Amino acid sequence: MEIDVVQWSSAEQSQGREPKQNGKPHFYDKLIVESFEEAPLHVVVFTYMAYGIGTLFGYLRDFLRNWGIEKCNAAVERKEQKDFVPLYQDFENFYTRNLYMRIRDNWNRPICSAPGPLFDVMERVSDDYNWTFRFTGRIIKDVINMGSYNFLGLADKYDESMKTIKDVLEVYGTGVASTRHEMGTLDKHKELEDLVAKFLNVEAAMVFGMGFATNSMNIPALVGKGCLILSDELNHTSLVLGARLSGATIRVFKHNNTQSLEKLLRDAVIYGQPRTRRAWKKILILVEGTYSMEGSIVHLPQILALKKKYKAYLYIDEAHSIGAVGPTGRGVTEFFGLDPHEVDVLMGTFTKSFGASGGYIAGRKDLVDYLRVHSHSAVYATSMSPPIAEQIIRSLKFIMGLDGTTQGLQRVQQLAKNTRYFRQRLQEMGFIIYGNENASVVPLLLYMPGKVAAFARHMLQEKKIGVVVVGFPATPLAEARARFCVSASHTREMLDTVLEALDETGDLLRLKYSRHKKSARPELYDETSFELED
Amino acid sequence: MATATEQWVLVEMVQALYEAPAYHLILEGILILWIIRLLFSKTYKLQERSDLTVKEKEELIEEWQPEPLVPPVPKDHPALNYNIVSGPPSHKIVVNGKECINFASFNFLGLLDNPRVKAAALASLKKYGVGTCGPRGFYGTFDVHLDLEDRLAKFMKTEEAIIYSYGFATIASAIPAYSKRGDIVFVDRAACFAIQKGLQASRSDIKLFKHNDMADLERLLKEQEIEDQKNPRKARVTRRFIVVEGLYMNTGTICPLPELIDDIDLISANMENALASIGGFCCGRSFVIDHQRLSGQGYCFSASLPPLLAAAAIEALNIMEENPGIFAVLKEKCRQIHKALQGISGLKVVGESFSPAFHLQLEESTRSREQDVRLLQEIVDQCMNKNIALTQARYLEKEEKCLPPPSIRVVVTVEQTEEELERAASTIKEVAQVVLL
Repeated sequence: MEIDVVQWSSAEQSQGREPKQNGKPHFYDKLIVESFEEAPLHVVVFTYMAYGIGTLFGYLRDFLRNWGIEKCNAAVERKEQKDFVPLYQDFENFYTRNLYMRIRDNWNRPICSAPGPLFDVMERVSDDYNWTFRFTGRIIKDVINMGSYNFLGLADKYDESMKTIKDVLEVYGTGVASTRHEMGTLDKHKELEDLVAKFLNVEAAMVFGMGFATNSMNIPALVGKGCLILSDELNHTSLVLGARLSGATIRVFKHNNTQSLEKLLRDAVIYGQPRTRRAWKKILILVEGTYSMEGSIVHLPQILALKKKYKAYLYIDEAHSIGAVGPTGRGVTEFFGLDPHEVDVLMGTFTKSFGASGGYIAGRKDLVDYLRVHSHSAVYATSMSPPIAEQIIRSLKFIMGLDGTTQGLQRVQQLAKNTRYFRQRLQEMGFIIYGNENASVVPLLLYMPGKVAAFARHMLQEKKIGVVVVGFPATPLAEARARFCVSASHTREMLDTVLEALDETGDLLRLKYSRHKKSARPELYDETSFELED
Repeated sequence: MATATEQWVLVEMVQALYEAPAYHLILEGILILWIIRLLFSKTYKLQERSDLTVKEKEELIEEWQPEPLVPPVPKDHPALNYNIVSGPPSHKIVVNGKECINFASFNFLGLLDNPRVKAAALASLKKYGVGTCGPRGFYGTFDVHLDLEDRLAKFMKTEEAIIYSYGFATIASAIPAYSKRGDIVFVDRAACFAIQKGLQASRSDIKLFKHNDMADLERLLKEQEIEDQKNPRKARVTRRFIVVEGLYMNTGTICPLPELIDDIDLISANMENALASIGGFCCGRSFVIDHQRLSGQGYCFSASLPPLLAAAAIEALNIMEENPGIFAVLKEKCRQIHKALQGISGLKVVGESFSPAFHLQLEESTRSREQDVRLLQEIVDQCMNKNIALTQARYLEKEEKCLPPPSIRVVVTVEQTEEELERAASTIKEVAQVVLL
């Protein structure tokens, strides 16, 4: 029974350097706590048994469908093309047909309001075991939203503070219809890029229309054949696609494991390219700020130390950590008290904390200039839509306090408070939670496929809380989980409602697997003095 | 009786041992001893670099110098000095402070400035805000998306449609969802960059055929058939795809669809040009399209399209369905300017006469591409001075498979009046004469 509670101080790791933030010396002495508790053995056994039984039934049903005993509801190929090579491999679709189909009403749930802390879900039912859905027309109103990535609560329906967006929409319209290199660079884009650079405290930034495409189109521009990419095990699909499209050699290191990374770096620098033994042209380390499936935060100080020693370049994808992590929301560099200039490429998206869409890459001016010339997206893809750019500008000004209020900072702090409260209460109740105690994405382990479906359906229909559940293939087979996204706009009452509901559901479905129940009361015997403190 | 038979065999063996010749026994004894020695000796690796001492390793680490992350870019590179557009990129566009007539943005139906489209987007903004905060699978599906997919399917007269939030990602995610390593794709040489990236991500075998040359395609298909007959087991599991573009952006020509095929499996399109929105969609039969909902990477792993852009696209579709006459008007304008631009000395028009986006290439190119690009840029700059906004077609020179020659792209929109078209044609003629002679 392994528990991995890692507690270390980032001040120790930075070896006495004084990282500067806005010119003032800044010490970040907080202890960092993360945990990845393993499941009890009987749970793992039952989980695999459940998948085994599901597979057997799958074979049985396929057999029945083949012989026409059971009606086949799936769409089929055209008659004329039936003797072509089949478009989809039968086995690939086995999992989809027989396991995913049974519980697929828990995903792709349509909503009909803004994705704020409360939202409206459209009710849909299925008459044929989830092969087709129909909408009853009823709307489940005011469902508590624990699924959308709305960390700072900036994605909400229209209010007067969004007037600038209305103006921009009326003047500029919605589309741009040209690429950045041709006729698609608007003055709004330049304004946005300057503001992003100021927000991140770096020299320059460039914005793109889609977060996924930012990774998949810019990594090939930075590295090519003869370069080495060291990528974390659990990196997002966009990073993996970008690395593959670049043509560089890819080596994977264990998730957040600095020893594994160091070994790979040493081997790479000492032995060079395989077979020819020539030195690598460049080494690029790809990591994310916060990993959304695990809830872990990257061990940045150690990776920076390694990077300096072995002269590699670091690319951080801060999709889930920008705006949500750090005392003023500037991301993982601020969280650890480090200088953003030390990271070579800072990448992030505007979808999660800023309530818009799109991505950016920021760093030194020569890096951004190079990307302006050579990025695939700048030459072939349409630039960002003006009202979206305006929404990001508004959000950035809000968080930075440039609109004259301190509400932005308050929201960042509220998010941190909500996160810690939520995680602490869940751990006290006895659930297995993964990840760093400061990450606002909270994975709660469910393990068994049957419980995954029961959990999601029960929470929506009985408790009116919208949760997100994830299973294979986004997670390992035996580790299906529910994933909560805490938001700054969740009030204490909403969080308490959710926690109560989770408590009941946890008892009903027997989800409280943890063997380290922490008491709500602090240990009194650790106190050295019992004097009253004013 | 097992033991009796065993004993009997043993007795036979011992007898054979006595009767064997001496050299035979000695040889066998030596062989057995040799085998025992080999079994117990330690295995050793080839002596390569595993005998580096720790000190040598540290030295190697110290000495190694990587290349700089990015090579330096010359300061006067044209891409660093973009044309900056102040205000909306509509018919009368303000580029670098000067008001021009827009012949460069792909605003074919003039819907970028349409008040109805803007009103629909505004209504959506009021109800939903801006962002969707999640991918389609995790509460990112709005009723507007479902509406838009229905409308697109009806408009294109297919069973189902699926929308993506970025035009480039549409085809670049659709191709790898169907075509995997080991499959064969026949694609036209002039296919655009997004298709090339999709093919690269799919890791399939790619066979290029000459642009719009059906005979070449047939030749390749016949060759493939011969290959198949040589290896029928492999042929039974290899899928084959043909990828063509409707209107080729790189050449302004149209693919010969009737000769090619009698039914299309998948149509992929971009909502960023005529539909005045952002994003793209794929449509076709449900059997084909539904697969992308789980395996299209740009669909599953990326946030969905902001609802205000989806509402704008729906309104644009409404307008297109209400006035089908604008397509004929557009065609007429294309023909007019195509005719007007014939016969410019030094420039030739490349593209069909009814294509709203066509290219002007140099009739005789100088040997170097850079020189060509500079000449064309000179023409573009002077046209800009005379209030006609044009642009060169931009490519990533090192990344394209078959790099098209440098050219000026001219875009015709419904909003351009006849006299503006005439003025544009005559301006280009004058400037070309000045620059190229």
